[in-house]
Amino acid sequence: MTDEPLLEIRNVTKRFGSVISLGGVSTTVRAGQVTCVLGDNGAGKSTLIKILSGVHQPDEGELLLDGRPVRLGSPREALDAGIATVYQDLAMVPLMAIWRNFFLGSEPTKGWGPFRRFDRATAIETTRRELLDMGIDIRDPDQPVGTLSGGERQSVAIARAVHFGARLLILDEPTSALGVKQAGVVLRYIARARDRGLGVVFITHNPHHAFPVGDRFLLLNRGKSLGDFAKGELSPTELTRMMAGGAELDQLAHELQREPTEKAPQ
Amino acid sequence: MSTGTVTSAGPDERLARVGLLKRVLLKPELGALIGAVLVFGFFAALSDVFRSASGIANWLDPASTLGIMAVAVALLMIGGHFDLSAGVQTGTAAITSGLLTTYYGVNTWAALAISLALVLAIGFVNGYLVVRTGLPSFIITLGTFLMLQGLNLGITKLVTNTVQINNFNRILGYDVLHAVFASEFTIAGASFQIAILWWVIATILGSWLLLRTRFGNWIFATGGDANASRNVGVPVARTTISLFMITSFAAWFVGTTQIVRLTSIQAQAGFGQELIYIVAAVIGGCLLTGGFGSAVGAAVGALIFGMTSQGIVYAGWDADWFKFFLGAMLLLAVLANQYIRRFAELSRR
Ligand SMILES: Nc1ncnc2c1ncn2[C@@H]1O[C@H](COP(=O)(O)OP(=O)(O)OP(=O)(O)O)[C@@H](O)[C@H]1O
Ligand SMILES: [Mg+2]
Repeated sequence: MTDEPLLEIRNVTKRFGSVISLGGVSTTVRAGQVTCVLGDNGAGKSTLIKILSGVHQPDEGELLLDGRPVRLGSPREALDAGIATVYQDLAMVPLMAIWRNFFLGSEPTKGWGPFRRFDRATAIETTRRELLDMGIDIRDPDQPVGTLSGGERQSVAIARAVHFGARLLILDEPTSALGVKQAGVVLRYIARARDRGLGVVFITHNPHHAFPVGDRFLLLNRGKSLGDFAKGELSPTELTRMMAGGAELDQLAHELQREPTEKAPQ
Repeated sequence: MSTGTVTSAGPDERLARVGLLKRVLLKPELGALIGAVLVFGFFAALSDVFRSASGIANWLDPASTLGIMAVAVALLMIGGHFDLSAGVQTGTAAITSGLLTTYYGVNTWAALAISLALVLAIGFVNGYLVVRTGLPSFIITLGTFLMLQGLNLGITKLVTNTVQINNFNRILGYDVLHAVFASEFTIAGASFQIAILWWVIATILGSWLLLRTRFGNWIFATGGDANASRNVGVPVARTTISLFMITSFAAWFVGTTQIVRLTSIQAQAGFGQELIYIVAAVIGGCLLTGGFGSAVGAAVGALIFGMTSQGIVYAGWDADWFKFFLGAMLLLAVLANQYIRRFAELSRR
């Protein structure tokens, strides 16, 4: 019973006109585990998570939540089903205060009828507390999100998703734009969300970020699945090789090796 | 914050350095408030009448009806859109009420309800077209603006054979309407238009809506980044359409004020005003790109407009200078806004 996956993706296909963004992809996500989706640019990673978060609907295949098939018609429906997403472009409004962004779309209210209003005190207090709980040290919840650094923004977005998403957290390349140190910080938040019992889908094209936190790895290439592995079934080197498409990587290594001998400067 | 906990001293230091300055600068209405004080000081120094009670009543009057519209238009602009048909809708509302009562003998309250329903429908269509097509609201409302301009003139001429509707004071219940829309109250011997009161109420309501309700959060978000908002479940389409309808409601209110006060209405009423509303909102700190601004700022923008337009007369200058002043103020406001935006949005990119 406890072994039942939180989310199961079965043979999901998505086409945009003649482009097959995603063709027959399957994997599972369990509570308290991290499923990594790896692939090069254009592999279909974002398309997959947009299906999971209700932005797109699959043309074929199905999603099972707690073993039951679900249809996620809109981001709202996905949120209501407990699926929270941190998008590559973050879904935060730069000019708005952190606390306003934190509760955007799910604002707490107080009062009645025409006097129903945004409960600002609760929102500000909760934002401060949730960020602190995740170990995020922001200076002032009232400052615009646009003034935060990339890593801080990711962290706020993750804290928001943890606060609302409860069950399944999806992260689209949260570390791709970050330096080594900031990426480490974000990976730590991912681990913390996992330890809280959330199922996490972590999209990345960097195997070095995926391997330390991942429990399962789904490899995509040009919309096709190259395989879906549990952690023990794969070594980091194999993972890197498969991602780059084995032979292609060898070729590349070969090419790069020759270069320094021919170049004079630098 | 007076704990002895040993944390890094960094964060608090940064808070003191960046936070305070930023917080003050990020008040959208700040520039307008400073501008209003300067403009008042300037004209008050030039003319005693300007700062007398009757002078104040005089410049608050044009500020008031403009201010009601500017607040609604500011909400719409913060939500990321323009309504070029807002001015002409004041005319449409007044002409509809006027024709129905004075030419077709429709009951006053029914006529007012019909004209309200009509402009709300126009607002809905504006919003719906913008949401469905994804085209700039500038173009969509330019279309409705031209259509309404034609209709206002065409229908008025067709029915009355003139370009004016008269005798609105002869309709049933005019007393009540006059009390609500056009009565005056006296302070310090000067009589003030009741529209000033409505303007204050509109500003408080607009500000409350914007800063204290979920809908307000959605307005900022929709104008700031519609896509991001949609992704987190903000009803962007509903918010946008509501904003256009709020603007239309304000147009109905101002149009009704106009016809009740003058007891007649020109078929041309409201033409060209739409740009003045936008100017007031921008002077008040609204960004043309949406997502930033305030209702109080827009009201102060209208105040600056009122003070300048009358102040120039009191100072004994040619009224032609008014447009120059207004344009200069607009330019200043836009430059200041641009700076603030860069400060808020780009300082950490
Ligand atoms: N809305 C869309 N309309 C048409 N084609 C699309 C759409 N969304 C994605 N695609 C196409 O589907 C393919 C997969 O795109 P996707 O964004 O999922 O890639 P990705 O793996 O997230 O890449 P990246 O690492 O660059 O983010 C691409 O070829 C892309 O052009
Ligand atoms: Mg992507």
